[in-house]
Amino acid sequence: MAPEADGPGATATEEAPTGPPEPPAPTPRHAEIVEVLRAALGEGFCEHAYSARDAWVRVTPAAWLEAARACRDQLDLAYLCFIAGLDWKQADLGAEKLWDPEESPAAAPDDGPGHWVTGVAGGETRFQVFARLYDVVRHVGITLKADAGDGPTEAQPDGAPRAESWVPLFRGAEWHEREAWEMYGIEFEGHPGLRHLYLPGEFEGHPLRKDFPLLARELKPWPGLVNVEGLPGEEGDEGEEAAE
Amino acid sequence: MTVTEYQKSAYIASQAADVRVNFQLESDDDGMTLNMGPQHPATHGTLRVIVRLDGEKVVWADPAPGYMHRGYEKLCEVRDYAQVTTLINRIDWLGSFANEVPFILAAEDLMGIEAPPRAQYIRTVLFEMARIANITLFLGDMAAQLGAVTPVFYAFRDREYVLNLIESATGGRFHPNFDRIGGLKDDLPKGWIDETKLVMRRIRGFCDEMDDLLTGNRIFEARTRGIGVVPRGIALEYGLSGANARASGVDFDIRRDEESPLPWRQLDWKVWTHPDGDSFARFWVRQQEVRESTKMVEQLLDGLPAGPIRAKTPARIRVTAGETWVHTENPLGEMGYYVVSDGSPGGPFRCKIRTPSFSNVSIVPWLLRGVYVPDVITILASLYFILGDIDR
Repeated sequence: MAPEADGPGATATEEAPTGPPEPPAPTPRHAEIVEVLRAALGEGFCEHAYSARDAWVRVTPAAWLEAARACRDQLDLAYLCFIAGLDWKQADLGAEKLWDPEESPAAAPDDGPGHWVTGVAGGETRFQVFARLYDVVRHVGITLKADAGDGPTEAQPDGAPRAESWVPLFRGAEWHEREAWEMYGIEFEGHPGLRHLYLPGEFEGHPLRKDFPLLARELKPWPGLVNVEGLPGEEGDEGEEAAE
Repeated sequence: MTVTEYQKSAYIASQAADVRVNFQLESDDDGMTLNMGPQHPATHGTLRVIVRLDGEKVVWADPAPGYMHRGYEKLCEVRDYAQVTTLINRIDWLGSFANEVPFILAAEDLMGIEAPPRAQYIRTVLFEMARIANITLFLGDMAAQLGAVTPVFYAFRDREYVLNLIESATGGRFHPNFDRIGGLKDDLPKGWIDETKLVMRRIRGFCDEMDDLLTGNRIFEARTRGIGVVPRGIALEYGLSGANARASGVDFDIRRDEESPLPWRQLDWKVWTHPDGDSFARFWVRQQEVRESTKMVEQLLDGLPAGPIRAKTPARIRVTAGETWVHTENPLGEMGYYVVSDGSPGGPFRCKIRTPSFSNVSIVPWLLRGVYVPDVITILASLYFILGDIDR
């Protein structure tokens, strides 16, 4: 998605940017993959997006396993690259990581069930699973995404995000799903045994969730952007402006 | 955000204790449970493999990584893009520069910047030298696991030349931290190119030496041929990549197969595969990989374009919001970064690091079932993983 956005390195062209940038054309194979998935999944197919060299497909949680099966059996996307989780909650992790309140106070995240700001190919819930599959013969890959639920909410304090397990299709999914379970608490239905991979057995919490405190930061605050000074001669050098 | 006392103590405990209540160390059959590691030299760090034995045969094996888990995916979220390269240098510490490249490419991809050609060439040179430094050590170490002591000294000796060159160009032997968004930190030092070409010849000589010492050696062949066979379909299911996949007949090398800003596709080189899928094939494919890399470095240095080494970038990096996936063929296999940027001045919103060793080791429970104890060492050594690369 991003290569088309007007970043600092984008060449200045005559035409003024009007409206959102034109979505890039997909490669023929990516367009084919998306069409096959749309036909195979029917209502399970939610949304798709292209960049100049990549494609994203979001499916419903119920079609997560079916999507993998269609990819593997119909599209030769037989190489499992990874499976991982995503948490769209905006949270202050102890560093100046988020929106800049002084610059755009209106952009302060107002997230919660029903209005999460999700990424490419959209989504409605706080947690998502995403995975990457690759075709080692044609050398194309796609990213699949699916909503996994909101996790613990006020209505359901011990709710857990859920997804279907890919272990029946890809043996390698076992470790990836154990990691995603450990880091995000995503319960993979059909997994042979979700247990800790990295962390000690009695570890409490799911470290990559945005509301899990980063203890190193809590105990010793990070200087963050406070120490970053504008370089001399840089445009918009904050130090100079203050002196003037 | 509050921190409970329990979380604090769990944090401290997790730093020191080895409490893994999940593992069923005792079971009903009258076998024996053997702990390999976390200090075994075949494990390149601290991988612990819990092996259940029936006599000399492995009934099941369960790797327990995590002794070196540093939580880089979490740390990436609280650092900015320039700081992240320092972290990811320490993922695969034998080929550190190669870790930086895909992340920087991902950030450049999101920002729509492209580094000038000279920078791309030097990146590729250093990338391939990281591969040589990494795999050279493997070639010696693989023999050391079989009881041959000489090759490992040769490997350390010749790797030293490569590391010295990397150090003289970047300032860091193991952790160069040399790649920047939009280019490189610095240009190559004077006289570096000639010296590098000499060292590349030397490395090819080292590969020939390994051939003399190992290939055809009856002990080496008896302990590696037909041991630890991974069929093609299984390799794909587990996501094996790099030389491990190519040794199983998967003709897959991202350098050749995909468009990249780095000029791999303009060079004359070959991707070697092996149909056998055994430990010997994995050794052999890596050996050829080093030879090809030395040729690539020479070609790159001959064709090194003149010009700047850094594109113009804003002094404070602010990466455009978006998502991207960039992967490269690293010494150990496919390494990739899935970077989600929210457009904030800080670091990535989410940075999924796909490391090759993670997938390469996830096959161990399948692969070790039914093998004999001495072969466990050979197989682990031939899969070639680095603990920092599994644990991140």
